[in-house]
Amino acid sequence: MLLSYLPLLIIALFGVGAFYASRARISAAPQRALPGLPGHYGWYGTLWTVVPAALVYAVWTIIDDQVIRNIVLSDFPELSGAAATLLYVSIENAAAGVMTDDVPMASVELLLNLENLSAAARFALVTAVSVLGFFWGWRRIRPELTARDRVETALLVALFIASIIAILTTVGIVLSLVVETFRFFQLVSPFEFFFGLEWSPQIALREDQVAASGAFGAVPVFAGTLLITVIAMLVAGPIGLMSAIYLAEYAHPRVRAVIKPLLEILAGIPTVVYGFFAALVLAPSLRNLGVDLGLTISSESALAAGLIMGIMIIPFVSSLSDDIMTAVPMSLREGSYGLGATASETIKRVILPAATPGIVGGFMLAISRAIGETMIVVMAAGLAANLTANPFEAVTTVTVQIATLLVGDHEFDSEKTMAAFALGLTLFFVTLALNVVALRVVQKYSERYE
Amino acid sequence: MSSSVPTTISSQAAANRLLLRRKRAERRFQLYGILAISAAVGFLVVFLASIVSRGYMGFVQTEIRLTVNFEQELVEAGSYRKILRTSLAELFPEAGSSRAERRALAGLVSAGTVFVLRETVEAEPAIAGTVQDVWVLASDPVDQFHKGRIDASLPEEERPISDASLARIAALEQDGRLELRFNRSFFSRGDSRNPEEAGILGAIVGSALALVVTLVVSFPIGVMTAVYLEAFAPRNRITRLIEININNLAAVPSIVFGLLGLAVFLNVFGLPRSAPISGGLVLSLMTLPTIIISSRAAIRAVPPSFAEAAIGLGASRVQAIFHHVLPVAAPGTLTGAIIGMAQALGETAPLLMMGMVAFVVEVPGGFTDPSTVLPAQVYLWADSPERGFAEKTAAAIVVLLGFLLVMNGLAVYLRRKFEKQW
Repeated sequence: MLLSYLPLLIIALFGVGAFYASRARISAAPQRALPGLPGHYGWYGTLWTVVPAALVYAVWTIIDDQVIRNIVLSDFPELSGAAATLLYVSIENAAAGVMTDDVPMASVELLLNLENLSAAARFALVTAVSVLGFFWGWRRIRPELTARDRVETALLVALFIASIIAILTTVGIVLSLVVETFRFFQLVSPFEFFFGLEWSPQIALREDQVAASGAFGAVPVFAGTLLITVIAMLVAGPIGLMSAIYLAEYAHPRVRAVIKPLLEILAGIPTVVYGFFAALVLAPSLRNLGVDLGLTISSESALAAGLIMGIMIIPFVSSLSDDIMTAVPMSLREGSYGLGATASETIKRVILPAATPGIVGGFMLAISRAIGETMIVVMAAGLAANLTANPFEAVTTVTVQIATLLVGDHEFDSEKTMAAFALGLTLFFVTLALNVVALRVVQKYSERYE
Repeated sequence: MSSSVPTTISSQAAANRLLLRRKRAERRFQLYGILAISAAVGFLVVFLASIVSRGYMGFVQTEIRLTVNFEQELVEAGSYRKILRTSLAELFPEAGSSRAERRALAGLVSAGTVFVLRETVEAEPAIAGTVQDVWVLASDPVDQFHKGRIDASLPEEERPISDASLARIAALEQDGRLELRFNRSFFSRGDSRNPEEAGILGAIVGSALALVVTLVVSFPIGVMTAVYLEAFAPRNRITRLIEININNLAAVPSIVFGLLGLAVFLNVFGLPRSAPISGGLVLSLMTLPTIIISSRAAIRAVPPSFAEAAIGLGASRVQAIFHHVLPVAAPGTLTGAIIGMAQALGETAPLLMMGMVAFVVEVPGGFTDPSTVLPAQVYLWADSPERGFAEKTAAAIVVLLGFLLVMNGLAVYLRRKFEKQW
């Protein structure tokens, strides 16, 4: 364990040393106008000492497991695929001190030896590269060296690499989703997935099915998501829009300064807290209310989840609508007042039409938020995929299915887990499309008055 | 609407009627606005009040004062079960020594009492051989009854507590041996199957470890990206691609980040499941857009004259930005980081995929130890059927909201304090 972090410590210490050594070297050189501060020369030395050694450390660490595995398993040429993996895992466990039967002790010993050897070799190599790098840099530290330019170029490269991470994340998301989805669609046809009316990933339903272990028609799941989203928007739409109108057009600035942050608190409360409220407070009271009214309201009704989700997304509707309405030029209002319209007539006939694209954009962002929300529905909505439009019944959503299909399931290659990735890909593209369109709409609008 | 406005007004009376109607419509419209805001704010109040009213009882716990005789030989033999049994029997001599009665007596105190007694002796070996008064946790039914959550008027078989136990609780109360005390174990223990023993320290430490990973990864990368995009990036296709990507990532549902983490961090890189390091990495990818966007805003708010003056005096662009612009923008970037951390603290869905919603008794000691986080603990407890967990859940939510309040308050304070109009 110590040996695995020691190289990093060595790199860090050498780096600090290289800074002071290089700076001292340039300070001791015959003085003239330098193309950089002494500190730049110090950093130049540090870079040469640290960067190559750190790269060697990283590459070694990434590949050494694979190399060791190949060497250990080369004693068992007859094994391949899952059998080899199984054997290797048990060898690893035995090496880590977990008692397992039936493990070739020779391989365990080989593994331990190789691991020690690898750590020692890595340590030696990293130290050597670091020392070599230091001397390489040291020899170059002369007054003629354009140290500032070089160090700054290195810094810019580092900044660029940092900003590439955003792209890498997107690529990672798309790749991991697409790969699993592709494997899923080899087992279950996309047609079945997008248009099938039976969602039952756990149990086998029909013998003639390709996958034969369950039904993967996602329509009930999509319908459930849609139902809950519609309920949420029925709550958030009117409340959010009317709040925004009041705050933008009627409220005293001081009232506005208090109410606006209060509304935004709604978006800052963790969704698991909403889920708790929906599942343990709202759903039981709704069910009791239903009993009083003679209705059967399921304790996992779409209504409870939808209502609470609607409350959560109020700020998404109100904030953007508010911004857009405040951006409508004063001259439009004044023109309307000048013609004798009341404030509400001005809002309804002048400001809202002018702000419509922005408001639509806000609604779309809120919808995308509602579709992607997980915890409220995991806690308050059901698991059974009912194809229904009745808000009193239990429905399930895309996010609930992703969560339940993947949680606690360690076997990662069944259709079940791959179906979760297919749902994830669908979710990703739907929310992405909604966001892209919403941003387009908002941007297009804001250009009109500027 | 337009049809209701006549083109010519026939008489003064008609005009007045119309005016009245329009004024009424105006008032109605304003009322709708007020109603909408009241609905939203009213919900917030009801919501917080209901959580706090359920949660405050989680911070206190019914405890029972036992007079325990730590007999030397029993201590040495390690039979604390017998020590406990004796002290309970002395409290209720009428109970007799039948197995059922003994079990009923043991059911008054928490199942972990035996271990508490042992820890007491281990912490202070001198008490072996003496008689001591020890406050121990009451069991969940006793606790719930004492807090008034169990209706004693129900028939015996419909409540989790027997008539005999009720009589004993009353006797204990009369002796001053039963009282509500501040629930220390809630803040000093990990999770437990027994609601009276369950604590959130494990979840708090897990959240803290995950947030450390998140901050260490996302803050430098976020600020570096912001600096690059605001100060150095050429206007070209790659820059535009980066910007589009950041905006889209900000809108990706959090559970999709969980899928990414599961597929890449756990399955490809082989990071440990349920560990703060893996959870923290996923959270850092999620908070990255928040930090980048707010840092960019902070850097943009610094007047260009700062950099221009530095460049005019011979600084390079890098020096101008790093020595003169970034320090001025620091409070803004810090505010963004705090808000990002607050978001990460409240996030549950991606951690569900990373196996961080797990029953973990031990308080995690490092970044690779199995652990859970605060919101995940809330989720787990909300699912538990025992009555005692309901108030624990609400209490954990109160703690979570408290942390969020502090973080957001800090962000607002920093913004107010350092915000300047140049």
